[in-house]
Amino acid sequence: MQLTVWTYEGPPHVGAMRVATGMTGLHYVLHAPQGDTYADLLFTMIERRDHRPPVTYTTFQARDLGKDTAELFQKAAREAYERFKPQAMIVGASCTAELIQDDPAGLAETMGLGCPVIPLELPSYSRKENWGASETFYQLVRGLADKERRPPPAVTEAGPRRPRANLLGPTALGFRHRDDVVEITRLLDQLGIDVHVAAPMGAAPADLVRLGEADFNICLYPEIAAQACSWMERTFRQKTVKTVPIGVNATREFVSEVCQVAGVMMPGAVDQGRMGWWSRSVDSTYLTGKRVFIFGDATHAVAAARVAAEELGFKVVGLGCYNREFAREIRAAAQIYGVEPLITDDYLVVEEAIEAAAPELVLGTQMERHIAKRLRLPCAVISAPVHVQDFPARYSPQMGFEGANVLFDTWVHPLVMGLEEHLLTMFRDDFEFSDAAGPSHLGHASASASPAPAEPVLAAAQAPVATSPPPATNEPGGWTPEALAELGKIPFFVRGKARRNTERYAAEHGVATITRETLYEAKAHYAR
Amino acid sequence: MSSSDRPSQPLPGCEAPPLGLDGILRERGQREVFCGLTGIIWLHRKIQDAFFLVVGSRTCAHLLQSAAGVMVFAEPRFGTAIIEEKDLAGLADANEELDRVVTRLLARRPDIRMLFLVGSCPSEVIKLDLSRAAQRLNQRFAPNCHVLNYSGSGIETTFTQGEDACLAALVPELPFSDTKQLMLVGSLPDVVEDQFLRLFADLGIEAVVSLPARRAGQMPGVGPNTRYLLAQPFLAETGAALDKRGAVHLPSLFPFGAEGTTAWLHAAAQAFGVGEERFAIVTAPPRERARKALAAHRTKLAGRRIFFLPDSQLEVPLARFLAGELGMELVEVGTPYLHKGHLIDELAALPPGTLISEGQDVERQLDRVQISRPDLTVCGLGLANPLERTGLSTKWAIELVFSPIHGYEQAGDLAELFARPLNRRDLLRV
Repeated sequence: MQLTVWTYEGPPHVGAMRVATGMTGLHYVLHAPQGDTYADLLFTMIERRDHRPPVTYTTFQARDLGKDTAELFQKAAREAYERFKPQAMIVGASCTAELIQDDPAGLAETMGLGCPVIPLELPSYSRKENWGASETFYQLVRGLADKERRPPPAVTEAGPRRPRANLLGPTALGFRHRDDVVEITRLLDQLGIDVHVAAPMGAAPADLVRLGEADFNICLYPEIAAQACSWMERTFRQKTVKTVPIGVNATREFVSEVCQVAGVMMPGAVDQGRMGWWSRSVDSTYLTGKRVFIFGDATHAVAAARVAAEELGFKVVGLGCYNREFAREIRAAAQIYGVEPLITDDYLVVEEAIEAAAPELVLGTQMERHIAKRLRLPCAVISAPVHVQDFPARYSPQMGFEGANVLFDTWVHPLVMGLEEHLLTMFRDDFEFSDAAGPSHLGHASASASPAPAEPVLAAAQAPVATSPPPATNEPGGWTPEALAELGKIPFFVRGKARRNTERYAAEHGVATITRETLYEAKAHYAR
Repeated sequence: MSSSDRPSQPLPGCEAPPLGLDGILRERGQREVFCGLTGIIWLHRKIQDAFFLVVGSRTCAHLLQSAAGVMVFAEPRFGTAIIEEKDLAGLADANEELDRVVTRLLARRPDIRMLFLVGSCPSEVIKLDLSRAAQRLNQRFAPNCHVLNYSGSGIETTFTQGEDACLAALVPELPFSDTKQLMLVGSLPDVVEDQFLRLFADLGIEAVVSLPARRAGQMPGVGPNTRYLLAQPFLAETGAALDKRGAVHLPSLFPFGAEGTTAWLHAAAQAFGVGEERFAIVTAPPRERARKALAAHRTKLAGRRIFFLPDSQLEVPLARFLAGELGMELVEVGTPYLHKGHLIDELAALPPGTLISEGQDVERQLDRVQISRPDLTVCGLGLANPLERTGLSTKWAIELVFSPIHGYEQAGDLAELFARPLNRRDLLRV
């Protein structure tokens, strides 16, 4: 058993729902108790969808368990087919139904429903949401794609045709999937390439049948589409474009990879957006070396780290993901930035790591947004799990050159602006301008508040992590009052580090009492 | 229920739905409702030193997180012990695992005085005996922490039945008390509870206690001289458990709106020998305030047609309030479960011929919504936006559970919750 407070991912059948809800003409019959229907609100509330997810739940109750829950499933499946007349159905069990072992797959098979039925085996007690989405999409592609289909000849009587690609991975409830698809479709069009099928979001089962007619596949979200892409590579000999176009550099590489795979000329001039110049312009100088902690799904986290380091000049001080399936990618990236990879789905561990890293900016999920709020750190959201705020009314992609513009704005906005930061440093003790006041453009709601106190136990539990064992003196940590006052003048986001360095220096050099001089000695010692 | 009790054909537009002998439409089909775990979201705020540990699956944890909507509390007083494959495969002893999780939890949170082990669908299907686990853990952690258990599973409970199960689990643990006292049963927002306590004091009823109390150490005593008022209509099990302890129920309307509140207070006043004159003097001013507040919304709501989908079991009392005090027309009053005993006065106060439905077949019920095109549909969060898209105004049922709506001073707020969607619709030009 695992004690869980907040979770990054739902159960695997929610992943299947994300695939089904993104599609049209598909219906999901889920063997599940009442209560599991809560999942509908994820889509109708968070994403503001104006249709119910295409899911029929059997909603069995305790009194059904002694009788025939299998019959209940068949009745639900039959009625769902009659009512919705889908092109195809997926059937499966949620965590509770998995335990009663009714075998929805076998039951549905014998029913002779008037459409293809694809059974899903999603082990609820060992797998999670992203895996469920990936498996569902893979099973749909395997079950529906016509293996005989191939792309039409490259040249016809009318002349050479445009290359065509499948755009794979977007789902309902995905972080900015809606806009990413539009942006990448637009970019491909500029390169003279058509999108054959975008799936799962926006596709019908009939579209999956003709996946083999595309020249190649673009794996936009590996968490969801990598498995399906590799099956299509084997089945249709379609190449897969694997570069995820988040950030200016990654988008450039994406363009060149796409052109190579599609066999088209690299275009002379593609509008690359403003991000590059915005970052080079002198106002952005103050972004240099900003300490940033990054956590999310592996694909978004790795991409964010690259953008942060290469395109904004930040310093990556923490990098991690919650989806173990992609731990390898995170480890490789963490090595580039010289940080310890953090692979966990335990919210409290992430919180501790953020506190210890003392970043100036957190790029994370809605969970990290809450952590950052508590620690009074600026934060921008880069990845699912999502919240209603992550579905903005405006066009706001993460991918492509416009996506890079969006990243610049959304990551820089929460920070204290350039000159204001200098003033804060100069007039630290100013009564209405202290660093407790926070950035002026973000309002003064939190101005006088001290950092939201951690619950006492939590603070106690974390104390040993935050400070090294103090040298033996009668003062706490051996600090003189003057030294502590001087420490207070150091910006809050590096104060913890300065304190640790000074205490380490004192311990290593046998200094029992930490004076103002010790502080500056340590500063010089570690300044390299 | 056998399948022959169900309507056998999808409802065509003009046909009246087939009713039971008692005039109530009973349906069995897909139920679009929360499970009882959801109650943890308000219960953990009400009992301020209690922790609710769901023994369940990732789905349970995800439900709590999603239903809570926002993650306000960095480390909330609820969590889930997620059952993993090794627990099911017998590689790990589920009871040992649970003890380990609880020990770690209580070491981390020594401020917790009461721990509820909350059963879920998976824990019940694998027959994990949480009552034995609670006994065992209680011996280990008493007297610092009292360990109890109840089921909030979706196979046993619907939404507010979770609170019923929780309070029913508390009742046998209450100390014996011979005091002549009034007990308010059901978790109310503190502000509302305080208003009621002041009213009872003004009426001269001195000994008034609440179940649940705000802290684990302050749970009231109970005995044959206890008279109890139910503040919520969904407390069937809790009522039965109190009866077993000798307490006596004071049947009444529920305290929604001016009339419901008056009837509710009056039931207590009669039981405690408060004179009619004093009752009138004490209740007249707030009653008048409530009337005034309601009048403002009556113009908006009178004559409007409302459809309740089943959700919280508050539907029948709220329908009575909306019809009786605000002049709304009731198209259908759906409720997940109809406790006729506790609702006897409420049912009698509904306009004659009101269609009441118990249980749900969501697709058919939505067909009825579309056919009748009510002015306002009260429904769960999963259905609201899809209905709005078809041009219907909706009210989220969950807001009725999360907001202070009981008593005189909240009567206007309660009416406003129903008027707001209609006002908003009139306001928007987009």
